[in-house]
Amino acid sequence: MTIFAFFLWSSAKVAVITVMMLMGIAYTVLLERKLVGRIQNRWGPSRVGPFGLLQPLVDGAKSFLKEDLIPTAVYRPLYLVAPIISLGCALIAIAVIPFGAPGMGPHGFDLFEISNINVGLLVILGITSIGVYGIALAGWSSNNKYSLLGSLRSSAQLISYELALGLSLVGVVLHAGSLNLRVIVEQQATLGAATWNIAGGGQILAFFIYLMAAFAETNRSPFDLPEAESELTGGYHTEYSSMKFAMFFMAEYGNMINVGCVATLLFLGGWTSPLGDLMPPFQSTVLSALLPLFWFVLKVFLFLCLYVWVRGTLPRFRYDQLMNFGWRYLLPLAILNIVGTSLWLAWR
Amino acid sequence: MHLILFFLFAGFCLAGAINLLLQTHPINSALSLIVVMTSLAVLYLLLGAEFLAIAQIIVYSGAVMVLFTFVVMLLNAGREERTLGSRAASRIGFPAVVALFAILATILLHVQGLGAAHLGEGLSNAPGQSNLELLSQVLFHELLLPFEVTSVLILIAILGAVALAHVEGSKIPESERVAQK
Repeated sequence: MTIFAFFLWSSAKVAVITVMMLMGIAYTVLLERKLVGRIQNRWGPSRVGPFGLLQPLVDGAKSFLKEDLIPTAVYRPLYLVAPIISLGCALIAIAVIPFGAPGMGPHGFDLFEISNINVGLLVILGITSIGVYGIALAGWSSNNKYSLLGSLRSSAQLISYELALGLSLVGVVLHAGSLNLRVIVEQQATLGAATWNIAGGGQILAFFIYLMAAFAETNRSPFDLPEAESELTGGYHTEYSSMKFAMFFMAEYGNMINVGCVATLLFLGGWTSPLGDLMPPFQSTVLSALLPLFWFVLKVFLFLCLYVWVRGTLPRFRYDQLMNFGWRYLLPLAILNIVGTSLWLAWR
Repeated sequence: MHLILFFLFAGFCLAGAINLLLQTHPINSALSLIVVMTSLAVLYLLLGAEFLAIAQIIVYSGAVMVLFTFVVMLLNAGREERTLGSRAASRIGFPAVVALFAILATILLHVQGLGAAHLGEGLSNAPGQSNLELLSQVLFHELLLPFEVTSVLILIAILGAVALAHVEGSKIPESERVAQK
């Protein structure tokens, strides 16, 4: 393949995937409002379009048209950069996530992944760790005590839970013997759901640690202390309005989708079918390209529903409970999981 | 292609380093340091050390620098005060630094077995073997004892820090004691 064709294909992939991601974020917001509505015995948005399906578009237009206020006391450069860092990191992480069968494009070109690299998992962790700066700088540069408290909480929370999150993934990496996300998926896909890491792989403990750390990493309820409305008015984005606020909002939902994708890849068999080899492969190329995509999207969708379900069910943690939980329970459990997995692998 | 990227990110790295020295506000300096760390990661990547590059981003830009900015925000450190400094230091300082680095670079380049770096080679030369495997082979097999000794050293440092911070018989406020139960 010539460098020109490569460049053309890659830019097309990046454009399509970015648009899909933004649409995904918009409709995750709608999904959350609808589901939380049903949990609280009301309808949720239902006026704009059939079943309220056009609500995200209208919300987006509203954010664009609102007046953009910049308070006079803020530290301008960082105040303006912070939402860009947040949203940028949320959107970049999708670049290394494989969401369909390998190959499929012309000349063996990877159609369902922007770039397949051998340290993919670490890249995702690295981008997540950079994303903290968006929130931390937003709070600091706003020059507002609620914002500052929110961003301090957020930094402390992210540093604490990143450890548990990273350690919970080590078991999976030990199993696969690789940091390449495609290898990790293919290693657990041999017998379908029976060999997924969450079941036959014996990583169910790691999955629960990952789940809880991921809730904290994405600042979602029950760990949404950085923006606890009852104590901090709006947390780190108190001073932000119109599209800048919307960028933080989108970053939060983008991170939810990323976390869902990583959980799907590492614990739930990625794009492979839960039936594994029981189902004979399809003859048609279109079907065998679209079916993995369907399984992947379905798994991520179920994961997002779990997120919303938890939000609608659990009250917020207290701050000291959050720290105790992270350091005293999750971290030792994650280390125990590594020791257990290594022993099992050595004995086998 | 590799050369263009090298010059771009080497430029970022140097600009970040100079900006780090010139800025008077601590948080700007901290952010410049992040730029330096991340550009260095890209340079490692260009040399074919992908694991080292990502580790650099996770450990330095992601963890160490977050702690730095955290402390700066927590203390709400203001602008740095400028002293004029001695005139001799500013006149001799820069030439001295340039000379020192020139000497260091010449010595490093003339050491046996070290040559000029080759951009982009490690990315393509070993198809079956990632440098993650090579690195773990070296760290956990050939240099296991020094590695373990270093980790014990770090553990001792952590224990020492805890012991220094936790003064014997210090009063814990009533509210925290209740919370800990």
